[in-house]
Amino acid sequence: MASFANALQSQVGRKILTGLTGIFLTLFLVAHLSGNLSLLIPDGGEAFNRYADFLHDLGPLLWIAEIILVALFLIHAYIGISIYRNKKKARPVDYKYYKSQGGPSKQNFASKSMLISGSVILLFVILHVMHFKYHLFSPETYMTSYNGEEMVDLARHVEVAFLNPWIVAAYSFVMILIGVHLKHGVWSAFISLGAKNPKITPVLYVVGGVVAVLLAAGFLLLPLYIYINGGLS
Amino acid sequence: MSNKDIISVNLKVWRQDGPNDKGRFEDYSLKEVNTHMSFLEMLDVLNENLMKEQKQPVEFDHDCREGICGSCNLVINGIPHGPEARTAACQLHMRHFNDGDTITIEPWRATAFPVIKDLVVDRNAFDRIMAAGGYVTVATGNAPDANAIPISKIDADSAMDYAVCIGCGACVAACPNSSASLFTGAKVAQLSKLPQGAPERKQRVKAMVEQMDKEGFGDCSNFAECEAVCPVGISITSIATMRTEYVKAMFS
Repeated sequence: MASFANALQSQVGRKILTGLTGIFLTLFLVAHLSGNLSLLIPDGGEAFNRYADFLHDLGPLLWIAEIILVALFLIHAYIGISIYRNKKKARPVDYKYYKSQGGPSKQNFASKSMLISGSVILLFVILHVMHFKYHLFSPETYMTSYNGEEMVDLARHVEVAFLNPWIVAAYSFVMILIGVHLKHGVWSAFISLGAKNPKITPVLYVVGGVVAVLLAAGFLLLPLYIYINGGLS
Repeated sequence: MSNKDIISVNLKVWRQDGPNDKGRFEDYSLKEVNTHMSFLEMLDVLNENLMKEQKQPVEFDHDCREGICGSCNLVINGIPHGPEARTAACQLHMRHFNDGDTITIEPWRATAFPVIKDLVVDRNAFDRIMAAGGYVTVATGNAPDANAIPISKIDADSAMDYAVCIGCGACVAACPNSSASLFTGAKVAQLSKLPQGAPERKQRVKAMVEQMDKEGFGDCSNFAECEAVCPVGISITSIATMRTEYVKAMFS
């Protein structure tokens, strides 16, 4: 086991962990988005509220899922920061002039800003959980009932939040950043996990871009729709 | 690209007296540069001029000047080996510059490649990575029969694609993180394709990755800038291969 622990500390091990955690976080985003999109069903938010209530009622299972998610975020962020620290140590005197050769290079705005986009996303996730789970920015709790079953009206909570132009602007900005992060991240994860067929890697780069755009657009849809529409219905 | 036979260029060259000295840029002007000269021949002319003026010539590494030894290591206008893709600095010709251009020349910059003097860096870190595992078991005695070990054409070609590495270090120099993953990956991938590399296959990848970590190179972020500057065009599929080899070695 000692050698396995060492392997996780090695450059290759760290990269594989970054890729694995990144892929699981991306899958979490897909699940999260499909939950969100249930708000667009014109049923006054019932499907969304029932889904939230179902998750809430999972109890210990939900805690385990939450602990795993937090661990994924922390491992991913910790390795990301350590990569940055190593980079500073590995080249203390920087070039006066530095240019990309272009061609097969994947150096671009997305790949060069992974630490910045990642840090903003991490900060956002903390605020986002405070906002919707712990009601930090909107203390009132809305209740509703379906067939006599009392539950939290989370849909109303979301609606109120996204009628605030500042919240919509901040969310939109971060959702675009998530897209930017995924543009390099998804492709990079595949390479980190050993994708090496030269016929497939260019396809994976395109796939990464498509996943990034779809997820960012999906998450942007709800706040923009609620704000422009003046509410859910 | 210049159509003229003779151009003049301005040079901004990194000068550093020794490993522990602080470096600086010095400006030089060369009036009559023949565009058919290679970049290193242009530096030879500069050094001739400096010596005539009783000044210290600019130290730079070179050996074969045919693009196969991997000695030349100049970051030219911000790109290792200069602006031409798949071209070592020694094979870069002055016709790729224009009359009156200012050309900046810097050494490879990485903690693992300390500057010895001016543009010369110490690349022994690469040799230590090779010594850690970049070798194969060979039976001594008579030379073996040709084709005694059958290797498929596909594997042989694939191994050759990685074996063309000349160990120049441009991958490290170009990497925003100063990672040596392309170099190490190329060696691991090459030997993993061949039966001759099979006996040490598992210990090789572990030992070479461990040595790469020890030398103070940075992490790979899959920027693929290394592939873009590599004078022999080694693909980052070598890095992906190093990772799968590493996982296989850990779990078997």
